[in-house]
Amino acid sequence: MHHVGSKAQTDIDLSKYRSEAEKHEYVEDLGRIDTVDSNKWLNVGVDIAETGRAGTFIQKDCSVIHSKAMRDGVEVMGISEALKKHEWMDQYLWKYISPEKDQFTQAAKTKPHEGYFIRSFQGAKIQQPVQACLYIAKEGFSQNVHNVVIAEEDSEMHIITGCSTSPHLITGLHVGVSEIFVKKGATLHFTMIHDWGEQINVRPRTAIHVEAGGVIVSNYISLRPVGSLQMSPTTYLDGRGAVARFNSILVASAGCHLDVGSTVHLNQPETRAEIISRAITVGGTIIARGEMIGKVAGCKGHLECKGLILKDGLMQAIPELQGHVPGVEMSHEAAVGKIDQREIEYLMARGLDEDEAVSTIVRGFLNVDIEGLPAGLAAEIDKAVTETQKDMM
Amino acid sequence: MLVIEDLAVEVGGKTILNHINMEIPEGETHILFGPNGSGKTSLMMTIIGFSGYTVTNGKITFKGEDITYMPIHERARLGVGVSFQRPPTINGLKTRDLVALCGRNHKADVETLAGLLNFEGFLERDVNRNFSGGEIKRSELLQLMAQEPDLVLLDEPESGVDLENIVLLGEVINTLLERGVKKPRGIMEHAHLKKKTKSALVITHTGHILDYITADKGQVLYNGHLCCSRNAREILKWIREYGYEECVRCTM
Ligand SMILES: Nc1ncnc2c1ncn2[C@@H]1O[C@H](COP(=O)(O)OP(=O)(O)OP(=O)(O)O)[C@@H](O)[C@H]1O
Ligand SMILES: [Mg+2]
Repeated sequence: MHHVGSKAQTDIDLSKYRSEAEKHEYVEDLGRIDTVDSNKWLNVGVDIAETGRAGTFIQKDCSVIHSKAMRDGVEVMGISEALKKHEWMDQYLWKYISPEKDQFTQAAKTKPHEGYFIRSFQGAKIQQPVQACLYIAKEGFSQNVHNVVIAEEDSEMHIITGCSTSPHLITGLHVGVSEIFVKKGATLHFTMIHDWGEQINVRPRTAIHVEAGGVIVSNYISLRPVGSLQMSPTTYLDGRGAVARFNSILVASAGCHLDVGSTVHLNQPETRAEIISRAITVGGTIIARGEMIGKVAGCKGHLECKGLILKDGLMQAIPELQGHVPGVEMSHEAAVGKIDQREIEYLMARGLDEDEAVSTIVRGFLNVDIEGLPAGLAAEIDKAVTETQKDMM
Repeated sequence: MLVIEDLAVEVGGKTILNHINMEIPEGETHILFGPNGSGKTSLMMTIIGFSGYTVTNGKITFKGEDITYMPIHERARLGVGVSFQRPPTINGLKTRDLVALCGRNHKADVETLAGLLNFEGFLERDVNRNFSGGEIKRSELLQLMAQEPDLVLLDEPESGVDLENIVLLGEVINTLLERGVKKPRGIMEHAHLKKKTKSALVITHTGHILDYITADKGQVLYNGHLCCSRNAREILKWIREYGYEECVRCTM
């Protein structure tokens, strides 16, 4: 049975995980990576040929095994290297997240294992995406990373981060504290693709700060089984005209527990926020949250949660809007249900068999127009839909 | 091509069609008249096999095969094609992709077909999403053009269509029935010489479509029964002048 927020699914005993793992060697030439690993990275959008990428960061367990920037105007490195390089680094650590928030942030503080530092320089328009991959290979490991992303004033950058585990891994925990700073007039596209294992628990803790005229577009995609995932990035739109757009695509098969939300604080005039989620359950549990807090007149927000229940399982949409003053404009739209039989039959009347009709509809459902989605991901979505259908049978 | 024998159909536990007998031979186009709620759409839904329309008696034969209980997609693949009166919206599915799916077996050229219907501008839109009444009709016909069915069921193809588009639609329907006199880009060169092999059942209230297609026969559905079977224009004239009630009296 499924219980929302049930202790068994969401409470984790950290002492059951190892916080130590063997070091892995730095790899200069990604072509020499074992295909067992690199195939998993490919699934989450990481291109080992690095063509069309402005930089790459790869961390396996606790070791940074590859890290470099290939274009001007961008820096890519491990967080410990960044701490050595930039004396101002501590201004960006634990700024909008407290290490005391919960046991996971505490673990990231007391037993840190690297994480990435990615920064676009002032005015730099980075054409190609920077890619980052966090990978767990050690059985029972708790990977505690701390990531920092800075888009300096008037810069533009797209980051693709993929997280996955080695195919043989059974248990593991990923704790990721991410602090993202979008300075005045900067635009950051941040696409995160997760492909964990069936019993992996995942606890990202993210805070995003956006200054005047800054734009954050965040896409989150989790199509493969994961034991449990609980996250709710918090965004502060702290400058006039700052914009946040969140898209998420979630699929939960039996045994998966996804609790995914976004919170956006609209603290300045003319700020805009949009949270859109598409979720499908095939026997798993999905809680799709969205929260907007409007503190000034002239801010606008829209929340849209749509869920499909294909087999059984639980789908819960929890949209929440808070307006603190008059002149706040916020709306939400939530719908949870199954595929309309008439849609299936309509497509069958065009010659598609029932399975084809269902997958065509599901693909359409997941097809939110996502800005800057890496090429090949559409194919990934198709693959996941096909696998989802196998689960349905 | 299509033979319906003593068909009875229930919807929601209520009998809405009874003792229906109908035959549409190869190459013929029949027109179906009948007042609102008489069961015309239900008859088409039953022929294509939509759930909710339960056959309680009789049978439907298509190309010699009993299709009464055949799954929808098998009927479609056998050559039945429907232009629906109220098709559903499919979010996220581009009209272009659906048309391509309809025509995947003969690699239909979506762009060219859309050109015939003046519909190129809608290919990127989600299927039926916020389409106007007339746009839905054109979208349905575009899908049928790609599908190339042998029996075409058209549910009020001209209702809500403006005067210019109705001409376009008439031509497309003729092409669909391989009766095209106009030759769109040379594809139909010999169409008017070829023997007609496609059949059609067309529902209409106004009869406007009769200005564009050649009807072999007209039928009237009244209170769930097929009452009259004769020249379509004659029927239309009777309905116009005397109304349905009088019209069906001639057979009783
Ligand atoms: N799914 C349904 N559930 C309940 N009643 C239905 C359903 N479908 C059709 N009916 C009823 O069956 C009768 C016939 O409907 P149908 O749509 O076939 O009529 P029609 O002849 O096509 O009418 P129109 O000219 O208005 O399109 C109507 O009384 C209608 O309300
Ligand atoms: Mg009707």
